[in-house]
Amino acid sequence: MTEFLLVSLLKIVVVFGLLLLTVAYLTWAERKIIGDLQVRWGPSRVGPFGLLQPIADGIKLFFKEDLVPAGADRVIFLLAPVLSMIPALISFAVIPFGDTVHLFGRTIDLVITDINIGILYIFAVTSMGVYGVVLGGWASNSKYSLLGGLRSAAQMVSYEMSLGLSVVGVLMLSQSLSLVDIVNAQAGTWLGVIPRWNLFTQPLGFALFLVSANAELNRAPFDLPEAETELVAGFHTEYSSMKFAMFFMAEYANMITASAVATTLFLGGWRGPLLPPVVWFLLKVFAFLFLFIWLRATLPRFRYDQLMAFGWKVLLPLALANVVVTAAVLLGR
Amino acid sequence: MEWGIFVALTAVAVGSALTVIVHRNPIYSAIALVVTFLCLGGYYILLQAQLVAAVHVIVYAGAIMVLFLFVIMLLDVRQEEGSRLRVGGVQLTLGTAAGTALLLLLWATMAAAPGGGPPPPLPKGNTQAVGYLLFTRYLLPFELTSLILLVAMVGALILAKRKVE
Repeated sequence: MTEFLLVSLLKIVVVFGLLLLTVAYLTWAERKIIGDLQVRWGPSRVGPFGLLQPIADGIKLFFKEDLVPAGADRVIFLLAPVLSMIPALISFAVIPFGDTVHLFGRTIDLVITDINIGILYIFAVTSMGVYGVVLGGWASNSKYSLLGGLRSAAQMVSYEMSLGLSVVGVLMLSQSLSLVDIVNAQAGTWLGVIPRWNLFTQPLGFALFLVSANAELNRAPFDLPEAETELVAGFHTEYSSMKFAMFFMAEYANMITASAVATTLFLGGWRGPLLPPVVWFLLKVFAFLFLFIWLRATLPRFRYDQLMAFGWKVLLPLALANVVVTAAVLLGR
Repeated sequence: MEWGIFVALTAVAVGSALTVIVHRNPIYSAIALVVTFLCLGGYYILLQAQLVAAVHVIVYAGAIMVLFLFVIMLLDVRQEEGSRLRVGGVQLTLGTAAGTALLLLLWATMAAAPGGGPPPPLPKGNTQAVGYLLFTRYLLPFELTSLILLVAMVGALILAKRKVE
């Protein structure tokens, strides 16, 4: 029991540490990549290649004045950033990031915990994340924040449906809700070259998942809750200092989780030839992160009615059709 | 350890459930209701029903309560805070009677239920078991429930879409 607790605790510390470090450097990567895509330099002053920029930003945010607007609901205003940070961090707990390793005569699974409803756990936890944004928007007592919060509530609930339905095909193929089982179901190759990734059997599901996940992350082109051209900064207009930083970190942590889930469900997780499993996992996750950043630099923002029409009239019917077709193919096999 | 978790969950569940009905600010009531739902999810996990716990949290805490909050925020019902709710003799009598009846019903159900702890966990979780039962033994009730929900949805749409002359 003690050993189990100790090993679990160690895994949690390592994974969370790396997750937070990646969050910090993801902000650097995003600014650098978008800089390149827009033929600018991006951060270049603080340290070589601007590599110390996240640390400078952190220190700056830490010493900024912590404002609570007059007329704000103090308790909820303070609670909201925490509510958005916690789900973003704990959803990583069920994602397998490698095979087993042997350390000091023990076999250690490279996943914090493998529960039999893994994917549902992630959906349940991430669906809690919306409260941070919604309540933060309400508690600020500002019309821009309130509009941002309302938009976020409608958007998250709408796209959660197609997000959930887009992975049903994968679940049917893998016959399990556990992410470890889903990775194991993608072992091996077709014809000795093509890996048995769900990407090839569920191309529509993959596309739907990416689009819905992007919308759930509130990132461009779906960044309506913080549309700066109309809502100043949306739900976090009134936030400053570390409370603002927590919203920011939650967004990037969610981005990493979404990439990791996409890797696990559709790209065979940590599986790959030659290189060690953890390296494969990281490579795939970083590929998705690059894609999310690339999308932000490329696409203009949706209009609100377009966003709702797209979610309900395009994504949802396509996701349902994908489920029906997958079921029919599985039955006929 | 299970007993300790159960007691802690119960304390939070009862406390937050009381907050739902006592608090003057509807937003706080809604948040307290979310906490209550999360505690209920914890009970399901203690009973080895992980699937039910996850579905409960996704549907109630994650979707339905977000819509509740959406409506409360959209209507901006802060006026309730100032008004005092008066409970007259009729409400008190009827409320006590209904509460006692509910308590008796609950007690009778618990007395009739077989004793003992939670059932032993299934080796592969209970997702398959629930799915199998839903599509064999409980197929008709399951499909009827979805039909009723659809009817309610269509009805709400018709009511909301009716043109005001």
